[in-house]
Amino acid sequence: MSAEPAAGAPLLTVRDLHVTYRTGAGPIPAVRGVDFDLAVGETLGLAGESGCGKSSLAGALLRLLPRGTDVSGSVLLDGEDVLTMRPGRLRAVRWTEMAIVFQGALHTLNPVQRVGRQIGEAIRLHSPRARGVSARVGELLELVGLPARRAQDYPHQLSGGQRQRVLIGLALACEPRLLIADEPTTALDVMVQAQVLRLLEDLQRELGLAMVFITHDLSTLAAVCRRIAVMYAGRLVEEGPSDAVFDAPAHPYTRALAAAFPVIGDPEFRMKPVGLAGDPPDPRELPSGCPFHPRCPAAVEVCPSVDVSLWPAGPGRRAACVHVPGAPA
Amino acid sequence: MSAVSVASPRRIAWQRRRRALGVAWREYRRHTPGMIGLAILVAAVLMALLAPVLADSAGLHAVNTTSNLAWANPAKFGPLGTDHLGRSIMTQFIWGSRISLLVGLAATLLAMVIGSVVGITAGFFGGWFEAVLMRLTEWFLVIPFLPLAIVLAAILGPSVENIILVIGITSWPFPARLIRSQVLTLKQRLYVDRARALGASNWHLMTRHILPNVSGLIIANTTLTVPVAILSETTLSFLGLGDPSRASWGKMLQEGFAAGALTQQAWWYYVPPGLGIMLVVLAFTLCGQALEEVLDPRLRDRRR
Amino acid sequence: MSARFVTLKVLGALATLAFVVAFNFFLFRIVEGDPVANLFRGRNLSQSQRAALTKQFGLDGSTGTQFVHYVEQTAQLNLGRSYTNNQPVAKEIWRKAGPTVALVGFSTLLSTVFGVMLGIAAAWRRRTKTDYAVTTFTMATYSLPDFWLGMLLLTGLAVGLGWFPVGGITDPNSDATGIAKLADQAKHMFLPALTLTLAYLGEYALVMRTSLLETMREDYLVLARAKGLRDVLVRNRHAVPNALLPVVTLIAINFGFVLSGAIAVEAIFSWPGLGLATYDALQGPDLPMLQGLFLVFSAAVIAANLFADLLYGYLDPRVRTA
Repeated sequence: MSAEPAAGAPLLTVRDLHVTYRTGAGPIPAVRGVDFDLAVGETLGLAGESGCGKSSLAGALLRLLPRGTDVSGSVLLDGEDVLTMRPGRLRAVRWTEMAIVFQGALHTLNPVQRVGRQIGEAIRLHSPRARGVSARVGELLELVGLPARRAQDYPHQLSGGQRQRVLIGLALACEPRLLIADEPTTALDVMVQAQVLRLLEDLQRELGLAMVFITHDLSTLAAVCRRIAVMYAGRLVEEGPSDAVFDAPAHPYTRALAAAFPVIGDPEFRMKPVGLAGDPPDPRELPSGCPFHPRCPAAVEVCPSVDVSLWPAGPGRRAACVHVPGAPA
Repeated sequence: MSAVSVASPRRIAWQRRRRALGVAWREYRRHTPGMIGLAILVAAVLMALLAPVLADSAGLHAVNTTSNLAWANPAKFGPLGTDHLGRSIMTQFIWGSRISLLVGLAATLLAMVIGSVVGITAGFFGGWFEAVLMRLTEWFLVIPFLPLAIVLAAILGPSVENIILVIGITSWPFPARLIRSQVLTLKQRLYVDRARALGASNWHLMTRHILPNVSGLIIANTTLTVPVAILSETTLSFLGLGDPSRASWGKMLQEGFAAGALTQQAWWYYVPPGLGIMLVVLAFTLCGQALEEVLDPRLRDRRR
Repeated sequence: MSARFVTLKVLGALATLAFVVAFNFFLFRIVEGDPVANLFRGRNLSQSQRAALTKQFGLDGSTGTQFVHYVEQTAQLNLGRSYTNNQPVAKEIWRKAGPTVALVGFSTLLSTVFGVMLGIAAAWRRRTKTDYAVTTFTMATYSLPDFWLGMLLLTGLAVGLGWFPVGGITDPNSDATGIAKLADQAKHMFLPALTLTLAYLGEYALVMRTSLLETMREDYLVLARAKGLRDVLVRNRHAVPNALLPVVTLIAINFGFVLSGAIAVEAIFSWPGLGLATYDALQGPDLPMLQGLFLVFSAAVIAANLFADLLYGYLDPRVRTA
């Protein structure tokens, strides 16, 4: 189902992933059945508005969600299901096979420890008898474009962009094969965003990392990712090669998402008001049929009653809309 | 609320306030510990107010009780027995509640007024004025309360007014500091600048804009300061600095201790006053916590 | 931790101490008109005696010179003479400081350590019986007067059950020395220490619990788990150290209250420390003694606050650059 035939089995296979939070007000389904594959060294972008479930998805992949959250389905990492791993195996796999880069907010790092020590902790955890840890920490910092002496700094002494770089360096500490980047550029201003994106691009290429890049900003995915998936109300609504999805979105939501970000210098854009009316649906009260139909400009009569799922929408593409060619009649 | 009402802005503001109070009360009612605290407080205040009806004040003076059995336990002289001078413990308990509550409330009022004035003006005016006031506050905070209170009380002499004064002037730094932080945050909000641009005077700004927004903090702080004041009065009375002519729960403990109630194991002498204090303080604390949750929506969400 | 940070804090503490000394002076002079009459309240003095005493206390100069005189004397640790036994106040205080240091130090240690442990247990098992038990216990102990708790313990365990001595620091009938003497003193210290410990235990537990609950929401804990850290290590290495910060502040804030509490508690248990000295001084009132004690108590609290400030600066790097 991916764009190119993968060399060997996929690195990551997610099947029927469900994440439901248990709250005092009742269960809240954040992820409602997601499937995708990721090959070695492949990059997948995951886009969607806040609340669509993408961060829950990221957390579920490494079982980092709070206790009491229901996670079902399978997450096969090199054939092993992360969701059923024993705790010891899970801890060993974390960071060495799969690592996460969080949004670099101030409290993502422990405020009372120097950043070098926090990176070193990851290294020492998985190689208890490692020597030359501080040298390695210095290498990692330089790899992400920071001077090695920054290891002595505390998180509050670094700028947002620098913290983000530290988080990236930290994620690479144990040489994982898969990196999940959860909104790594969201809190940064545009110039720094571009720098960090370029850094991620370079690292991915140099180190052959497989990457899942999560964001709400579709435009940042274009350069970095080979494939893009779009998420809405806990499910994938479109998936395909990034240029194809960008140039000719198959799903109306993707179209709206792509149009929402201004293209600088495009005179036509300045005159057209764009933006999608309404808000994402409350996960506890989802619309019937296609969850997007109340806001969809292309909605037709069958939409509220059809059980949409990802249908073929072109070569290597899928979309969950009745209008795509592969949809059942 | 007629369809075509030409109510003045003031009327509307008052209607809105009444409605807000109603909402706040309903929210408060849902808080069981807060309701328990409120019930206890109402009972205590009623007891204090109805003291002349509930117990004869003549029983407080030893000269009137020489005929009574001294050190009688509740079985022999109900309902709470007698002390070493034959006076009814129950009478003392009922009348003692007055001082404990009065001093607690009055001293807190004094502390809150001073603290609010200091906190609001310091935060509002800033500059060296604030620096001086804050230094003063810090100094007062560091000085240990009881030794200071003892020295002051020893010099001023024992009387109810002096005790209120002493507790009041040793307690104002706590609210002052909290209020000033809040004012600093509020000052940064745009509406203060906007009002100033419209020509509002400092007085207007402080009373109409800042004060209403810190009043929640002040109220919550008051309910949490009263317990401290009551406990302070108890301790000061126990140490002999209270008004010797008025009964108070702290004084009961002091007299009991001095008369050897502990070695006599006359539990009916020293358990009721302590229990009374504990219940009243607990009640205020519960109400204070409930109020905090009602007034601060963030705390409310955390409970769920 | 920079020298600048330390210097600023130390200077601040010295300034506060200076304020206390000045405050002490003016309190005495301004509140009551004639200090000599004050000192010798209740005694009849002839004119010549009064004049002689005024001169002796250096009270015949202007307020300014009196103040300088007072500061000089205080700096030399001359705090006047006790009015009850005419001994130098400084010597009396020095003599009686030991028992109070032992009592307050020990109970602070116990209430902090056990309070923190209880707080961690309550936070980690939120909404379970442990949590509710700790919260209820805290509210109960916070609401009762600490000396009243002492009274109950005294009658219950000492007078009633006879498990502990009724007062004092040593058994007057025994002449034990060395370890046996220490054991005897420890037995006498048990109840007063228990009283002070219980009085503040709840508060530490509550603050630790709240602090830990807030810390547990922080993102860096998720990151620590993601790195592969075991839950216990996440808690102990990342959550608890951060959550302890407010507890450090609380120790400083409480120190003044614990000292104050010791006054009444020592009175109840006849523990021969500074608290009992204060209680006795109140019977006079022995004003020089009270003043000296006030100065010493304040200095102790200032020192404790300074220590806590420096400790906090060491633990939390964000504060150092403020």
